[in-house]
This record gives sequence, structure tokens and C-alpha cells, in this order.
Amino acid sequence: MTVFEPVLLRRRGLDRSFDLDVYERSGGYRALRKALTSLSPQEVMDEVSASGLRGRGGAGFPTGRKWSFIPTDAPVKYLAVNADESEPGTFNNRVFIDADPHALLEGILLCCYAVGIGAAYIYIRGENLAGARALERAVAQARARGYVGGKILGTAFSCEVHVFRGAGAYICGEETALLESIEGRRPQPRSRPPFPAVVGLFGRPTVINNVETLACVPDIVDRGAAWFKTIGPEAAPGPKIYCLSGHVRRPGVYEQPMGTPLRELIEEHAGGIRGGRRIGFVIPGAAASTALVESELDVPMDYDSLRKVGTELGAGGIAVMDETVCIVETLERFARFFRHESCGKCVPCREGTVWQHLVLERLASGTGDTRDVEVLRDVSQQLVGRTLCALGAFAAAPQLGALRKFPEHFAAHAAGRCPLREAMTLA
Amino acid sequence: MTAGLDPALLSRVRELAGRFPTKRAALLPALWEVQKSSGWISPEALSAVAGALDLAPADAAAVASFYFLFARAPGGAKVIDVCDSFVCLANGGAELLDELCSRLGISAGDTTADGRFTVRRQECLAACHQAPAVQVNLEYRGPITSAEALLAELA
Repeated sequence: MTVFEPVLLRRRGLDRSFDLDVYERSGGYRALRKALTSLSPQEVMDEVSASGLRGRGGAGFPTGRKWSFIPTDAPVKYLAVNADESEPGTFNNRVFIDADPHALLEGILLCCYAVGIGAAYIYIRGENLAGARALERAVAQARARGYVGGKILGTAFSCEVHVFRGAGAYICGEETALLESIEGRRPQPRSRPPFPAVVGLFGRPTVINNVETLACVPDIVDRGAAWFKTIGPEAAPGPKIYCLSGHVRRPGVYEQPMGTPLRELIEEHAGGIRGGRRIGFVIPGAAASTALVESELDVPMDYDSLRKVGTELGAGGIAVMDETVCIVETLERFARFFRHESCGKCVPCREGTVWQHLVLERLASGTGDTRDVEVLRDVSQQLVGRTLCALGAFAAAPQLGALRKFPEHFAAHAAGRCPLREAMTLA
Repeated sequence: MTAGLDPALLSRVRELAGRFPTKRAALLPALWEVQKSSGWISPEALSAVAGALDLAPADAAAVASFYFLFARAPGGAKVIDVCDSFVCLANGGAELLDELCSRLGISAGDTTADGRFTVRRQECLAACHQAPAVQVNLEYRGPITSAEALLAELA
């Protein structure tokens, strides 16, 4: 097994790893102190840019560049932290926040210092009550010790941090819906332009970053961009928290360099498939990604390598399905999810996700026919590029990918038969 | 328009309204406070929150009704949310949901006649490593291998 010293999850095994004393004893808030006492905001931003850090929410946009889009002369700016993690198959933020909330907080404060932001909102999904409590506690502890609030560490830098709970809606992970949700409006995505970097939260320039992205920042400032670039591929450096679930022996989160081969994550880290079965298919980047088959598992898990094979890294949610799992049934679940979570603002998504689900219900239960397969293909194609936000394209991607890669499964289901259940007829 | 909230809760809502650049931004935090204190959000309470934040009741209702977790009817003392997404499905989640419902004699989304349990079908809870996973009053549990044992523990 490749030896890799964990960065983001290094405190997870410590007793009371969530506590400020434990965090400080293990080097916590050293980067913030260093930045506030010896680096200019521009120097912090330059270090993050030089590190090559890319957004861990899935889009992979360069973080330093995103920060640099914020107008420096704006009097009021905000940071919105996306902790809404809800895409089926993803749970890395949740594990990270439980284990090390102060590391997220330190990343937030460094971002705010670099960009000149006076208030940050951590938007956490409503189901994750434990995470919200952990963050509230961390903010209170940090405030009491002078890391949050006015004149931080006796300098001119002041920053407020709010923990803001969602209430059960996947669309709030879409960055402009997230802003609408904080503002108390129905959380439907905004049209762009203007982009949030210009007109964001409460109409002010706003940075929106994922939890894991910000969690990388303290170590970049502390150890330097050059160190960060020694981990993972040149085009996407740094550590990555991968979630492994499904039929693996040891489901859980595993931190490895960006670009670690999928097969190594499944076989070596998660212990391979359980029950003596073979792999049926693997969802590499949660429900908006195209399934991979056994022969494709040597792909490195980074944004660009996965796009080359027609799928996505997403936030790193890897679900391994054994040979007994029906791809059509899995796709029916994906379709139901996107139907349920479509906000209803754009017609192609509101109508398209319903039709995707209707035909997949028929196909999965063996009551459909070949016209349903064609409707799925047609509707999915029409979802791409015709909606205000990415949810439409997310709903389409796994379906179009599977139609291309598993035509025989669709054909069999259209004939009322599941290839995995030779002995039985579905209808 | 404050009939739906007791004075302590109303002052808490007003305090929240002062924490953000707009009063409207206090809407979700205020609704969470209401739900925490009474277990659900009655039409009267929703109107009272709207009034305290200078919003029309219909405006506040349009926001509140978007969210799965804001209960617009009283639920059971223990609300069991069963993850019904694909990873839990592959680990027995559908059977767990059926078994919980049949033992309690209700359908998903319903509350038992004695008011002790509500069972709901939920989308992915971000607990795929605990599949099949549930939340009981938003506390994570899993993997749940026996509906019978879960209900016995909660009884």
C-alpha cells in the first residue's frame, strides 16, 4: 500500500479532536497567526493561487483565482461556505466537520483575511444537526480565545462567523440557491450574470467555497504552496477525502492524494468487495456521475482524468456495487432524487426530471418498452445546457452515460427482463 | 399578529432579526426555533414569525413549504427518517423501511395513532458508510440491521 501521511484527517484519531485545546496543541491556528502577523492579504492569496488548489465541491475551479475575482474596493463582502453536502454517495464533509471543525474555521478566517471579508456564513444541511452543533461550539470557543470577532489576535482584522442551517433541500448546495436560502427566499438558483463574485449574498461580492477546499488552506499557508504541490498530480494538487460505500468491506472516508487510482482506493483502502462477489459497476463521483465498469478502474481519481473517461469526480463519493445490483434500478433512484430535488424554476428540469423518473420506473419494474428508452435518451439530452443551474445536467449525465455503456441492460428491461435475474420475469 | 408565539419565542425571533443585514434572513433560523419548541410549525406560528420579520404570511409560507424538514403538521415523538437512496437500497434500506412501517402499522410519511412514531422516506442522508442509515429526530444511526431492535431501543 502506498504510504501517505494524512493532512486533512490527521486529527481524526485524537481524543476530543474537535476541541480547541487539542487543535492548538497539534499546530492549529498557527497559520492564522502567521498570516496576521507576517503576511499581507495579497501574500496569502498569492500562496493559495500558487498552490494550485482547486475547488473540492466538484467543479475544480482554481480557488485563488476565484478569490481574486472579488473587487478589492468593495466596502462589504461575504464568504459563504457550502456545507450542504447532499448528493447521494457523498459524506466527506460530514466526517470532516465532526472530527475537525476548527480546521474549517481557520481556513475560513484565512480566506476572509486574504479577500478582506468581514463576515462568513457556514451553510450546513439541516439534517446534519451534529455538525451544526460542532461548528457552533467551535465558533464560540474560537471567539472566547480571540480568533473570531473584533480585532482578531490584537490586529486590525475582524471577522464574524455565522452557522446557518438549511432545512432539507439539495438545491441549496447550488451556489446561488444557497445565497437565496440564507436571505430567506425560496431557494431557487439565480440567473448569471451577475456572478456572485460581483453581486452575491445580500447583493454584495461573495466568495462561495466548499468545506474541503477551505480545509486545505491552513496547511497551504503554514507549510507553503511548494509543499502542497508535492501531493498529487500537477494539474490538481493536494490531498482528497474520498468516500467509499456500497459493497466494500470497509466503507468510510479515506484521505489520499488527488489522482489516486480508483482501483487502489477500492481494493487496498476499502478492503475490496465483500461476500466473494465481483464488481458490477462503480459510481465514482456520486449521483451526477457516469458509472464505470471493472475494466475502467485504473483511472486516477482527479477532475481531468475522470472527464477523459466520460465521468466526474464530483465531491469524491465512490459507491461500489457488486454484480447483483441492477444498473437500471440504481438509475431509477437517481432519477427519483433529481425529480424530488428539482426546484421547479426552469421548465426543462421541472418537466424533464419527472419524465426521466416515470420511464425509469416503468423500465425498472419491467413494464416499459423501447419507447421509454428513447424518451429517457431524448429528455436527458434536452436537459443539458438548457437550465439556469447544473441540476439539469447532473440529472442527465448518469442516464446518458449509462445508455451509452449498458445498452443491453436497457434493452432487456424494455423487454420485461432484468439480465441479473435470469430466472424471473419482471412484469 | 403575534398570537401564534409565546412571548419568549417572539423575543428570540426579534433578536434573530437583528443578527443579519435583513430581517428576512432570520426566517430559517426563526422557523427552526419554532420547530424546536413545539415540534412543528403551525399556520398561526408561521404568521406570527412572518409578522415579526415584516413579511406577508403567504411569503413566509412559500419559503417554509419548500423545505422537507419543516413540519407543517404535528409528528410523532420520535421521527424516524429512513434513507432510501441507492447505497442504502443496495444494503437493505427498502426492506428496513417496509419492516418499520409494517411493524408500526403505518405507511411512510404517517404517524402512529398513539403519537409515538413518525416514519419518513428520506433522500440521501450523507451516511452511506452507515448504510442502511436512519436518523431519529435528526440523530444519525446505522447500519440498522433490525427494525425490531431499533423500535425496541426507541420504545
